Amino acid sequence: MSEATIYELSSPERVGFLFKDADVPPTKIPENLLRKDLPFPELSEVDVIRHFTRLSQLNYAIDIGFYPLGSCTMKYNPRINEEIARLAGFAMTHPLQPIETVQGNLAIMYQLQEWLKEISGFAGITLQPAAGAHGEFVGGLIIRAYHQSRNNTKRNKILVPDSAHGTNPATSSMSGFEVVNLPSDERGNVDLNKLKKICDDTVAGLMLTNPNTLGLFEEHLLEVISIVHEHGGLVYGDGANLNALLGIVKPGELGFDIMHFNLHKTFSTPHGGGGPGSGPVGVAAHLVDFLPAPVIGIVEEGDEELPPLYGFITPSHSIGRIKAFYGHFGVMVRAITYIAMHGCDGLRKIAEHAVLNANYLKHLIEDAYTVPYDRRCMHEFVAEGFWDDVPDIHALDIAKRLMDYGVHPPTNYFPLIVKEALMIEPTETESKQSIEHFADALNTIAQEAHNNAELLHSAPHNTPIGRLDEVKAAKELVLCCWVRPED
Amino acid sequence: MSTPKDLKFSETDEWIKVKGNTALIGISDFAQNQLSDIVYIEFELDVDDDFDKEETIATIESVKAAADIHAPVSGTVLEINEALIDNPETLNEDPYGSWLFKISIDDPSEVDTLMDGETYDRFCEDRGN
Amino acid sequence: MFIPHTDAERKEMLTALGLKNLNELFSDVPDKYRFPELNMPKGMTEMEAREFIEGFADANVTTHDYICFLGAGAYDHYIPAAIDSILRQGEFFTAYTPYQPEISQGTLQVIFEFQSLICNLTSLDIANASHYDGATATAEACITAYAHFREKRKKIILSGALNPQYREVVHTYLSGIDGIEIITDEEGQQSLPDPEKIIDVVDENTAIVVLQYPDFFGRIIDFTQIINDAHQKGALVCLAVNPIALGMLKTPGEMGADIAVGEGQPLGIPLSYGGPYLGFLAARKELVRKLSGRLVGETVDGNGKRGYVLTLTAREQHIRREKATSNICTNQGLIALAATVYMSLLGKNGMQQVSNLCYQNAHYAAKKIAAVPGFEVLTPEPFFHEIMVHCPTSIEHINHHLLNEGILGGYPLENDYPALRDCMLLAFTEKTTKETIDLLCEVLEESHHE
Repeated sequence: MSEATIYELSSPERVGFLFKDADVPPTKIPENLLRKDLPFPELSEVDVIRHFTRLSQLNYAIDIGFYPLGSCTMKYNPRINEEIARLAGFAMTHPLQPIETVQGNLAIMYQLQEWLKEISGFAGITLQPAAGAHGEFVGGLIIRAYHQSRNNTKRNKILVPDSAHGTNPATSSMSGFEVVNLPSDERGNVDLNKLKKICDDTVAGLMLTNPNTLGLFEEHLLEVISIVHEHGGLVYGDGANLNALLGIVKPGELGFDIMHFNLHKTFSTPHGGGGPGSGPVGVAAHLVDFLPAPVIGIVEEGDEELPPLYGFITPSHSIGRIKAFYGHFGVMVRAITYIAMHGCDGLRKIAEHAVLNANYLKHLIEDAYTVPYDRRCMHEFVAEGFWDDVPDIHALDIAKRLMDYGVHPPTNYFPLIVKEALMIEPTETESKQSIEHFADALNTIAQEAHNNAELLHSAPHNTPIGRLDEVKAAKELVLCCWVRPED
Repeated sequence: MSTPKDLKFSETDEWIKVKGNTALIGISDFAQNQLSDIVYIEFELDVDDDFDKEETIATIESVKAAADIHAPVSGTVLEINEALIDNPETLNEDPYGSWLFKISIDDPSEVDTLMDGETYDRFCEDRGN
Repeated sequence: MFIPHTDAERKEMLTALGLKNLNELFSDVPDKYRFPELNMPKGMTEMEAREFIEGFADANVTTHDYICFLGAGAYDHYIPAAIDSILRQGEFFTAYTPYQPEISQGTLQVIFEFQSLICNLTSLDIANASHYDGATATAEACITAYAHFREKRKKIILSGALNPQYREVVHTYLSGIDGIEIITDEEGQQSLPDPEKIIDVVDENTAIVVLQYPDFFGRIIDFTQIINDAHQKGALVCLAVNPIALGMLKTPGEMGADIAVGEGQPLGIPLSYGGPYLGFLAARKELVRKLSGRLVGETVDGNGKRGYVLTLTAREQHIRREKATSNICTNQGLIALAATVYMSLLGKNGMQQVSNLCYQNAHYAAKKIAAVPGFEVLTPEPFFHEIMVHCPTSIEHINHHLLNEGILGGYPLENDYPALRDCMLLAFTEKTTKETIDLLCEVLEESHHE
């Protein structure tokens, strides 16, 4: 039985929530201002709680089990973060309150800025972007603004490796650039020769994920960065994979000019079924003036008696505002709690164990699955979800069968450069047992693929619903509860 | 599916069937197979619009991909096969029998630069490797 | 505490990999930069971290202790307890984007219901799974219009009565597109601009006109005629709306708008110093393929059982890459869940009630404030829940007094409209009472005599 919709559960006149009547003398509202009718459902509070609780039970989540989505960093979401974000001192502050009344908020944002700068090695930072892709967009606009400020108007290209996340080329287009694809070499690195050929004074920059989406650290990273710099371009770092680098290396020191961070990946804030995230962006010293406005800064220095006064600063060549207010404050307070709990000693342990777990898992399955690129991986790796001797089995079938073993499948079909890709990132919060359980499932499925392929083709069997007809969903668009194609 | 002998092909998987100064344009079997279930076609041009070789003239969307369709030659749009809008799956079922555009050709010599059926088949084989 | 490995386990794993220590895992990292010092405190226990962070929280003035009359894009509404109890369920907040629909029906159905409620609220055909906030949703609507006309119409018109932050964000978002012209007409540079004058600048090169409803000054304007006029020139019209207002007032759909966007924060989302909030976008069905953002559609599984999936994903960045309309990857998942629970809980009756309460309180307040010597209410009827008030002295002075009496006063409009010196924007919600309004007026009167 599927769960009914709120409209189907509705009953006329049922009341879910009561407000006290207005205690002010009434004002009549002119009829012509009013809408005809509000066709909303009518449910009791019991109906609402039951409905959404039942819906929650149809979901898989990190709280239930292993969730090895590559480049998503599905680590455990600490409960203390949730309590902190709900403190009235944070949750009940209006963004337009005078700065003197919210020094706690401004100080904590400033502290987060400082700690992220220290962790990443960048000189300046904005907390305003709402998500990683949003941060990338900021990066693209900063690159554009930087070159324009130097009258470099012919720099209209951004180089994007073929292993890049889809957001990279999309962001480059949105920022007004032409995208040039950069192939990878047989060791999974950016092809240095191709890079040298393509790099000229029409290139505005290179967008690089490191470690890349194959989970591999660029073996010629310093050279790649230096080639781009020599030709006057900037290097943008997609920080989605920062979990492998915490306390291991500071991207700013390696020569990256700009990088976005994903608080909802590396810094443990919850994924929420698709958001909200937060995508702060760090920049090198020569780009600090281009950051979006406003940035949190000290507007009046403190002394022995008084703390500094924190407020808003507009960088001199700011690209402008990219969302209302200051960013996802509620996500920031979770992230800073996480950073505080780990500290200078704990952050490195995160990367160490993330990389240890990925390598151990790879080791456990590499007999049954081909893992291209014979190199040490970082926090994630990509395996091929197919075998030459059972050509009917695809990565999709493996993914669906994994659900029967009570785990979430890894990312499918990405990166594009690996055939039938399964992109696996365990994260550091998984125990040895959890990793071994997943490896067992994958290895068993490899056997099933050869001996009993039908189990994979007809999977999943134990989930609330079976494989869904996505063609029907796209052709007969039903995007609302009550409007049907025939309407 | 065998590749019809009277068609010419571009490297971006469009076919063209020439009849004098006019032609029909469609997508190859390789293309429809890559896209899999086609759910939507968006025609980027209207009747009487001019276009250049390689210009994007339509976008085809399937559940897992979206592809731009490029003009194999320069010309002007004479007719659009609007029947495909309601039945986009026809492109999967019968790629060589379903045309997208009927056009008039600007420069017939452009057709000569395209691949014939045999050459295209080899081109597709090489790509698979 | 979150890393479960014991010494023994670590050793076993390293041995299996043929490694002596963890450092060997990082041999690809350039020596010179490897294992840097981090100049920050050592890790804290949960107890210590809580105390440390609470220190920041305690240093703020909050709407818990102070009466709040601030609006201008974020509003102090009551949040029913049921919402947070749903949000705290781990199956919702620790789930990811629903790429595997078989084990994400909870998330998917919530988004489907959210889309439906937004369609109902705005009287439009389709809605997406949300944007980061009202400002970015507005920018995405402009990009949609630009794509809809195949980049042939290059003019975007923004009303001067559209939230200034939204206008800034549209400018930033479109700064990567050459040749685009974003204008706010001269009339729009004034305060309380005459809405009809905007048509003077609409022409065949206009892709979209963006208006706000109720507008930034609080006014309720019926845009039906203006929308008609814009349509005569072939332009699209987008209304940036307040969702609580739509509980009661005429809708964008009823007025003929093509797109409605807005900030969903009033729908049960905490103020949280500005974020995370919730952008929503609804449109006429003809625009569905040019919309950015996620869409959830209904379908069936192999047994005919009804279910939900992400659909039309071929438009999105992970497939279309550089040709995608937008690079957007997340929606505001958990926040959309909160809004869906809010709208479900309040339902038809509750939404009308809360809307009416805002209206009633604002109208009583306007009358009382107008009666305080030296103060003038500049927002004319009809208005919804915000009013612009001209004060006899500086807003800084007035708000300072209000603060001493436990009141967070209005937003100083001269920050955005230099001509509006000594004018503040005050907002009234269902949390306001006769008592708090009377107190406000008392203190306003006192402040004038200081």
